[in-house]
Amino acid sequence: MSNHAKTFAVASAVAAAFSIHALPAQAQNDMVKCYGVALAGQNDCAAGPGTTCAGTSSVDYQGNSFKLVPAGTCEDMDLPGDRTGSLEPLERDLPA
Amino acid sequence: MIRQAEFARALLDSAQPVPKGLSDPEGRAAGSRFAVYRNNVAVGLTRALETAFPVLRALVGDEFFAAMAGVYLRAHPPGSPLMMFYGAEMPGFLAGFAPVRHLPYLPDIARLELALRESYHAADARPADPEILTGLPPARLMQARLRLAPSVRLIRSSHPVASIWRAHSQPDAPRPSPGAEDALITRPGFDPEVQALPGGGGAFVLALSDGKALADAVAAAEDEDENRDFDLTRSLGALISGRAIVAIET
Amino acid sequence: MLDTRQPGRLPGGPGVGYKPQHYAAIIADPDPVEWLEIHAENYMGAGGRPIAQLRHLADRFPISVHGVGLSIGGEAPLDADHLARLKDLVGWLRPASFSEHLAWSTHDSHFLNDLLPLPYTQATLARVCRHIDQVQDVLGRQMLLENPATYLGFDESEMSETDFLAGIAQRTGCGLLLDVNNVFVSATNQRTDPYAYIDAFPLARVGEIHLGGHDVQKDDHGAPLLIDSHGTPVVDPVWALYDHTIARAGARPTLIEWDNDVPDWPVLAAEAARARAVLNRVPA
Repeated sequence: MSNHAKTFAVASAVAAAFSIHALPAQAQNDMVKCYGVALAGQNDCAAGPGTTCAGTSSVDYQGNSFKLVPAGTCEDMDLPGDRTGSLEPLERDLPA
Repeated sequence: MIRQAEFARALLDSAQPVPKGLSDPEGRAAGSRFAVYRNNVAVGLTRALETAFPVLRALVGDEFFAAMAGVYLRAHPPGSPLMMFYGAEMPGFLAGFAPVRHLPYLPDIARLELALRESYHAADARPADPEILTGLPPARLMQARLRLAPSVRLIRSSHPVASIWRAHSQPDAPRPSPGAEDALITRPGFDPEVQALPGGGGAFVLALSDGKALADAVAAAEDEDENRDFDLTRSLGALISGRAIVAIET
Repeated sequence: MLDTRQPGRLPGGPGVGYKPQHYAAIIADPDPVEWLEIHAENYMGAGGRPIAQLRHLADRFPISVHGVGLSIGGEAPLDADHLARLKDLVGWLRPASFSEHLAWSTHDSHFLNDLLPLPYTQATLARVCRHIDQVQDVLGRQMLLENPATYLGFDESEMSETDFLAGIAQRTGCGLLLDVNNVFVSATNQRTDPYAYIDAFPLARVGEIHLGGHDVQKDDHGAPLLIDSHGTPVVDPVWALYDHTIARAGARPTLIEWDNDVPDWPVLAAEAARARAVLNRVPA
C-alpha cells in the first residue's frame, strides 16, 4: 500500500470508528445517578472491627501443610493446561 | 517489655508462642485472648483478598481461596493501609504456588482483577472532543497523538483472560475458548469495563499509551498481527466507547 | 502543642458510619442523621465513584474523617506518605472532625489491618504524644483520639487507660472520642466496672461518642470475652452506659458504627433515632 493509500485507509477507519461509536453523551444528571450504584471495587473492610474467635484455627493454614486442591470453576473452563506456556507475568501492561 | 516486633511475629505465625507479659484479668497467660488479634488480622486480610479477587476465588473455589489467602497474607502482608490496593503481589505469588501450577492462566486473571481496582480508583478525566480528530487533514491525523485516560489499563495475555473474566461476571457469557487475548479496561463512567481487543489491538493501545503517533501505533499493530488485517476501526472504537481518549495532540 | 480549644465542630445529634450501599437511601431519607463518618483510607484513591460520592455527600452533611491506618501507637515513626495522604484528604474535604485510634497497626512497613493494643507506660505515653503532636502539626487542626476495645492486659502497664488518655489530652491538646461500646467490651474483658471508667474519663475532652455492636465469646477459662465486631445492634447494657455518659457529659455528637453484615438503612436509622432520644433528654 502506498503512503497515500495508507493515510486514506487510516482516515476512513478513524471516521468510521467515531461514527459507529458516537461518544455516549453523559449528562451531569447521569453521573449523579451513577453515585447510587452499589460499589464493585471499593474495599470497605477497614481495620478495627473485630471478627469472632470462631475461625481462628481454620484460617491458620501454613504453607507447608497445604493439602487442598482448587475446586472452583477452573475445572469447567475446558482450557488446556498450557504447561509449555510461560508462567512469567507479561511485563507489558500500561503503567499505572 | 514486649516489643511490637515480637507481637507482630506471633500474630502472623501461630507456631510462635504468645508473647510473655500478656495476661487475662486473673494474671493468667493471655491464651485465646491473643488469638482474637491473630484472628482479626488473618480474617480481615482474607476478606480483603476475597473482595479484591472475586473471579480468582470463583475459579479455585471458596475453601481453596481462603486457604491460599492464609498462605499469601503471611508471605505478603499489606505494605500500606490502603486496603483497596492490597494483593498487588498475587500474580507472582500464583505463578510460584505449586497447588495451582496446572492453571497457568490464574496469574493473568489476578492481574486483570488488580487492574480493575486501579481503574476504579483512578483519577477522573473528561473525554476529548472527537471532532478534533475527524476534522484533521489526513497527513496531520497520521501524526496525532492520543492521550489515554488514567483509568485505562491493558492486560496482554497468552490466555483468554477477558473471556474467562466475562464468563464469571456476566450470566450468559459464552465459555472461553483457548487462545491469547489482550484485555482493554476502560472506565466510561464510574464502573470499569473489560473488552477483548482484536488482533494487533494490544500493540496499538500500548503504542498510543507510550506516546507514539497514530501512524506508528497502526504500524506497530500491523507488525504484530499475524493475519495482517488489523482492525483499526474496532480498536479505536473500543477506546472511544470507553471514553478513554482524553486529549488529542496534533 | 495546640490550644485546648473546644473539641470538634460536629452537630450535637446522631450520625452514622457511611456505607456506599446506603447512598441512595441517605439522599432520599436524610433526616435520621445530622452527620456522616467515613474511614479515611477508603477515600485515598485518585478519583472515581468513592470520591464523587463523598464530594456529593459533603455538600449535604458535615463529615467526620475517622482514620484506621495511622498506627499512632506504633514504635516506628509515623508513615510520612500516609500522613501526607491524610493531609490531602482533610485539605480538600475540610471535615468537621478528624479522629484516630489509641492503637498500633503497622510494624516494619507491614500494615496488619487491626487495632493492636498498647501497654500504658510513661514510655508509651511519650511516644503517642509525639505522634499526636506531629499529626496535629501536619494537619493544622485538633484531632480526637479513640479509646480501644481490648482483649488482654500488659503486665508492664503502669497506669489506667483513663489516666493514660487524660495524660495524652492534657499534653497534646487533642480531644477524645469515647467509644462507649469499647468501654463496655474492655471492662467486661478486663473484669472492671464500666461505670467507674466513665466516671474517671475526662468527659470535658469528648468531641464524639461511638456506639456499636459486639459479639459474645468465652475465653480459655469460660469467662466472657466480648469482641468488638460492629456487626449487630447496640445492646441494652451499652445503651444504659450511654445514658449514664450523656447524663454526666451532656449531649455529644454520637455515631452508630455498623461495619459488618451492614443492615438496610431503616435499621441503622432506628439506631440513630434511639441515640437522638437519649440526646434530647439533656441540654446540648
